[in-house]
Amino acid sequence: MASSAHAAPAHAATAAGQEPAPPHKHPYHLVDPSPWPLVGAFSGGAMLFGIVLNSHEGNRWMFLAGLAGLLFTMFMWWRDVLKESRQPGVHTPIVRLGLRYGMMLFIASEVMFFVAFFWAYFHYAIFPENVLGAEHAVWPPAGIKTFDPFHLPLLNTMILLLSGCTVTWAHHGVIHNDRKALIQGLALTVLLGLSFTGLQVLEYMEAPFAFAGGGIYSSTFFLATGFHGFHVMVGTIFLAVCLFRAMAGQFTAERHFGFEAAAWYWHFVDVVWLFLFVAIYVLGAGSSGH
Amino acid sequence: MATAHAHDDHHDHAPGFVSRWLYSTNHKDIGTLYILFSLFAGIIGIGISLLMRIELQQPGMQIFADGQSWNAMVSAHGLIMVFFVIMPALIGGFGNWFVPIMIGAPDMAFPRLNNISFWLLVPAFLLLGGSMFVGQGAGAGWTIYPPLSDSQYQPGMSMDMALFALHLAGASSILGAANFITTILNMRAPGMTLHKMPLFVWSMLVTAFLLLLAVPVLGGAITMLITDRNFGTAFFRPEGGGDPVLFQHLFWFFGHPEVYIMILPAFGIVSHVVSTFSKKPVFGYLGMAYAMVAIGVVGFVVWAHHMYQSGMDVDTRAYFMAATMVIAVPTGVKIFSWIATMWGGSMRYDTPMLFAIGFIFLFTVGGVTGVVLANASITQILHNTYYVVAHFHYVLSLGAVFGIYCGIYYWIGKMSGRQYPEMLGKIHFWMTFIGVNLTFFPMHFLGNQGMPRRYPDYADAHAGWNLIASLGAYLSIASFVFFFFVMWVTFRRGAVAAANPWGEGATTLEWQVPSPPAFHTFEELPRIR
Repeated sequence: MASSAHAAPAHAATAAGQEPAPPHKHPYHLVDPSPWPLVGAFSGGAMLFGIVLNSHEGNRWMFLAGLAGLLFTMFMWWRDVLKESRQPGVHTPIVRLGLRYGMMLFIASEVMFFVAFFWAYFHYAIFPENVLGAEHAVWPPAGIKTFDPFHLPLLNTMILLLSGCTVTWAHHGVIHNDRKALIQGLALTVLLGLSFTGLQVLEYMEAPFAFAGGGIYSSTFFLATGFHGFHVMVGTIFLAVCLFRAMAGQFTAERHFGFEAAAWYWHFVDVVWLFLFVAIYVLGAGSSGH
Repeated sequence: MATAHAHDDHHDHAPGFVSRWLYSTNHKDIGTLYILFSLFAGIIGIGISLLMRIELQQPGMQIFADGQSWNAMVSAHGLIMVFFVIMPALIGGFGNWFVPIMIGAPDMAFPRLNNISFWLLVPAFLLLGGSMFVGQGAGAGWTIYPPLSDSQYQPGMSMDMALFALHLAGASSILGAANFITTILNMRAPGMTLHKMPLFVWSMLVTAFLLLLAVPVLGGAITMLITDRNFGTAFFRPEGGGDPVLFQHLFWFFGHPEVYIMILPAFGIVSHVVSTFSKKPVFGYLGMAYAMVAIGVVGFVVWAHHMYQSGMDVDTRAYFMAATMVIAVPTGVKIFSWIATMWGGSMRYDTPMLFAIGFIFLFTVGGVTGVVLANASITQILHNTYYVVAHFHYVLSLGAVFGIYCGIYYWIGKMSGRQYPEMLGKIHFWMTFIGVNLTFFPMHFLGNQGMPRRYPDYADAHAGWNLIASLGAYLSIASFVFFFFVMWVTFRRGAVAAANPWGEGATTLEWQVPSPPAFHTFEELPRIR
């Protein structure tokens, strides 16, 4: 695992007897019964059915109720996880390793989700003859004015790359028990994440093509960058939670998996952006635009 | 919930009803919920097949009003059987029950996540079931190809409900997959290296990787379909420049691994059963394990053999044809290894073994017709005929479902503490075996005659074999009802099951613990050799 360097001190602590023993004869965490999976599943179902109701009946209450239930579930569920993490002997080294596997696998599935949108983009951008009804097989399609990649998109690239540096700064802070560096690095990362989102909103407002009815270019552009933007927001919230936890002193040099997971997620979001920047903004700029 | 007394109740007693069955964090209870859910969904799914075979029993329209209602039923049958019957039974049910026990772990890695994986299926099934009763139903087939699935041809709420049902079922699968992979990689008992792991666990590991990497692509595809339908995008809509064939690529990039997702766990179960009832270790254990890995890997690069008629150029078709045929090699390794396991074994023909041998025979038939259909040129003739329907029912209805029955008879004593009545189990096997073959074998002939799929009516020339197929379907459905009777007898009158009712052939860890196992199986980790 990428984190083996940080896991090593934890194992050393076990050997020294500092790691508290679990309450049973195996090192795994047997979780107590919890209502949140049930509540979360039905809230998710209500939220998605609410989207259908909103589209066909103009009724948005089901959607809002489901969303509220889902957010409430996430809050309560993760609050329980954080409580458990502070109980002695629950998040043993092997349980923490399991959490790392889980986060890695979740990110792998997220990568495949983005593959679908990149596939859609390349289906048209590399093979413009697939754009049905077009007179000439060109990408971007005739009449589409694209963004100048070296204007806002380049600035956003720099912001995300810089945020990758600041989150690494925070990581060094936590490894060396330098809480001030951890908090400063995290705060800067959150700020950079917010600036990225702000600039992306600005770019969307200035877009010369519409989302609805804008044709194949705007469909691929907005869904690929839009889902990325949503992931930036999720990552920013994740980092902000870590910031609060850092300020509450919940991270140590040995145990800071929550921070690590947020950092991995942030790097994943960063890498997706680099692919978006190169594929959609730079290579897909064409000659007609800007 | 995490409370101050969090660890007081880790002794071996189950919590109260609501805690135990609604808030469960126990892999065996969640596995039981999955199996019960699958049986319930199976009643609906097989009920729809009954309607379909009544309709097709003779030429002309019998009970359906129009093609749309027919299409809605065909779509619901496919989606229910794939996402709500086969996957929950094989992966959620047997996977949950036996992966932790077989690797000597006290539970799954993420027990709460395990529970949400199950419960997500319930709103998903409600949405899909509801879609049959709202407006005109979702009638675009289980493959939900646009343009048939877009807002022009399926304008109502039903199609969106079905798509969101897939989103929920997909989220359930992805979370479950991450859980299984973490459990298998992180929680094996001391001494159980990957190369000592039982083949069922290997099959679940490969299945989970396929789910993790394939299902999100379906998620992306149906998201685009939903925005096309509701929010004005043009991914697959030609009027905005979009290309419907893109959807076929995305769908089958998921869909082809999906068919291995459905069959690999059955491979695992059959390996155990064949070994147990031949009193021999599985022949070529490592070959069997890596054959599944190979099937999983190659399964990701053959998707467009479902799309030979979509206008792909001949070179692309040549590649997909060759790659598809390569899959026959690891599959052949498995078939021949099962036969070699039985060779010279001290064999017993109990019901699980009958289903396992039935599986090997019928899956081979389905696999051989698969090699035929892999040929792009032959598929020019057979595409979208009943030959294809016969092929995929031989690998699914007669392959994966035989795997489910095989697992239920093999493990029912372990799961319930009660052994099934052997004679009734054998009667059930023969009813099912004759019924499904009578249903699906004639479909090969119908396909060769050129009868197309997904029509409620057909030319008079196809009447004879259709009548036989319908009679076979009635027998299959009767055998399904009989199966519930067998289960009822098992629970009411079944003999108390010993820890290992199968004798020396059964060597995996689940036979070392009582039947049924304690609420928490391993308080102390077993050591392997």
